[in-house]
Amino acid sequence: MKKLLLGDEAIALGAIYAGLSGVYAYPGTPSTEITEFIQKDPLARERGIRSRWCTNEKTAMEAALGMSYAGKRALVCMKHVGMNVCADAFVNSAITGVNGGLVVLAADDPSMHSSQNEQDSRFYGKFAMIPIFEPSTQQEAFKMMGEAFDLSEKLGVPVLFRVVTRLAHSRAAVEIGAPQEQNKFNPATGKGWVLLPGIARKQYISLIEKQPAMAAAAEGSEHNRLEGEILRCAQDDRCAQDDRCAQDDRCAQDDNAPLGIIACGIAYNYVCEAGAKNVLKVSQYPLPEKKIKELAARSRSILVVEDGQPVVEQDVKALLGAEYKVEGRLTGKLPRTGELNPDNVAAALGIAPGKGFEPAKNLAARPPQLCPGCGHRDVYNALNKVAAEYPGARVFGDIGCYTLGALPPFQTLSSCVDMGASITMAKGAADAGLFPAIAIIGDSTFTHSGMTGLLDAVNDHSNITVIISDNLTTAMTGGQDSAGTSKFEAICLGLGVEPEHLHVVNPIAPNMEAITQLIRKEIDYNGVSVIIPRRECMQTLRRHSKK
Amino acid sequence: MYANPQKTFQEMKTDIILCGVGGQGILSIATVIGEAATAAGLQLKQAEVHGMSQRGGDVQSDLRLSTEEIHSDLIPKGHADIIISMEPMEALRYIPFLSADGAIVTSSKPFVNIPNYPAEDAVIAELEALPHVLKYDIESLAREAGNPKGANMVLLGMAARFMGIFKPEQLRAAIGSIFAAKGDAIVEANCKCFDLGYELRQ
Repeated sequence: MKKLLLGDEAIALGAIYAGLSGVYAYPGTPSTEITEFIQKDPLARERGIRSRWCTNEKTAMEAALGMSYAGKRALVCMKHVGMNVCADAFVNSAITGVNGGLVVLAADDPSMHSSQNEQDSRFYGKFAMIPIFEPSTQQEAFKMMGEAFDLSEKLGVPVLFRVVTRLAHSRAAVEIGAPQEQNKFNPATGKGWVLLPGIARKQYISLIEKQPAMAAAAEGSEHNRLEGEILRCAQDDRCAQDDRCAQDDRCAQDDNAPLGIIACGIAYNYVCEAGAKNVLKVSQYPLPEKKIKELAARSRSILVVEDGQPVVEQDVKALLGAEYKVEGRLTGKLPRTGELNPDNVAAALGIAPGKGFEPAKNLAARPPQLCPGCGHRDVYNALNKVAAEYPGARVFGDIGCYTLGALPPFQTLSSCVDMGASITMAKGAADAGLFPAIAIIGDSTFTHSGMTGLLDAVNDHSNITVIISDNLTTAMTGGQDSAGTSKFEAICLGLGVEPEHLHVVNPIAPNMEAITQLIRKEIDYNGVSVIIPRRECMQTLRRHSKK
Repeated sequence: MYANPQKTFQEMKTDIILCGVGGQGILSIATVIGEAATAAGLQLKQAEVHGMSQRGGDVQSDLRLSTEEIHSDLIPKGHADIIISMEPMEALRYIPFLSADGAIVTSSKPFVNIPNYPAEDAVIAELEALPHVLKYDIESLAREAGNPKGANMVLLGMAARFMGIFKPEQLRAAIGSIFAAKGDAIVEANCKCFDLGYELRQ
């Protein structure tokens, strides 16, 4: 049976068909649709696959490790920057090892379509010393998910599954097989899970001892394959028949030998689009060093085509030595930043670009903006009005729809760095004497990573004013449930915010006067104040009123 | 079965850029074309943009159809056969991707939600200077037909005669399958919009 699926949906269905028992995730573009698919899938429901949203990527990673401990297959999904949040649990899960299969999916966002950086998650896989899968197509993504779980259980390590926006959010037909059974409940035994130094040292050695098996799996993988004319070199007829030719270093010095191309993950599609022939497709790591050497021996030089950062290019340079010519993003053959596309890959292969029309003259950028009627708009109107009265005022922003408050017409924000940084940056700036230091953070971001910072501020009696702009949902990613809904007052009071400096307001135009008065009063209070403007997101409101 | 055996090996492909402003319903057009492609046994890849850009910003989707395997999810520059746009300036944004003999099918009505939108006459004039442009006030037409939400189906109808890879009946049938769950009245209303669009000639 064939189904038309987004890359994210193919991953989700692949996991369900691989006998998944739980998905743990925090929403983040371009990974969100994986968990959403599992939440709605009939088989997932029938099997009772656990799929509710988690508070952040670290709680997700740890819960998945717990499910693995109990013998079941678990999936963790996040956008690339979520890897930073869960890194402690992630890296250490390689040291404990796993019981039930554990796959960690990171969706990278080269070109930063919806992100603050374009970090490459493959570095994390290398850092934790675990296998990485990087599919090129939706079909491969579906199939590889099962293989990733199998390899995880076979080697007793978590497996990193890396995709990029253009695979996550691209649709294609996927051939679906039959679903396999879920694992039986089978909790782990033994002391390997207790990472006291004495045990951790042994576990670390055990992880290192698993490296050759990981390398062998990648070397033998059907996803890492030499393709095209490279099977024989330009001038030597022996190549086609003689395996030993791979060790013949004459070929590499032959200017007539073809260019060798290493195409990783989605880059393989662009290389094929350009019609390139001498290709080593790489979709499973650690790098298949033998195959790379084989390609190198039969090529005059190597071009590494990879989306994201030059992870493989650096490794291939190290593998082949300084004398061998390796090109890619580091040498400027491909752009150093931004995503790959069929045009920049074709250019790197020396193919003349396609001829379209000259760019239009009557064109203006159309940046995203807050929806008409959005409560964040009223919050920014009020904040701007009050902040204008204080020459030193700074508003520290956070991650969500309300980050658009940095753009015209509001231009309220001075910063936006990572989930939760609004509160802690305001606190640090206030410590340094900045006044007034105002933080604005969304409801979901607050429970994700803002609460701990607020506790620091309370303990320090920092002079900050925190606005938790609560629209009752995780809006930016499409309206997922927000972990703290209906709990914010209790959380703030529990963390020690004084009741007389905790306020909930309704951000609508008639209340503007009262809200600005309140902001003024709390700015003038020397300590931690929290104001919670609360009004439902326009997008979820529209959806709810349709029902 | 085939009168000309050579015909069976002839590759057919259609590369489409769908564009507009977040919330205008371009992804529904993609869904209908995707359904028609699946029913016809064609290969398909469709890259979408989700997330931040959906908040009133420009949105775009690359939709590739072929009788043969499709490699890249993205359309190379100068390769698009059609730009289907819910907004005239957004159509202009992607002309570097349009092939020399490619067509633009677009709404003629600007959607102005930015302070620096270019002079509307200049946008229309630049569009008209390009070859193979079909534009119409699809929103008014859909409204007159009693289905204001059907503007995107009018646009699909307009695009149908540039999509040699499908017969219009195949797209019509796909509208039926996609909207079936919403009832016969909705299917009929959308098919009517599609037909109105298909009959338009500049």
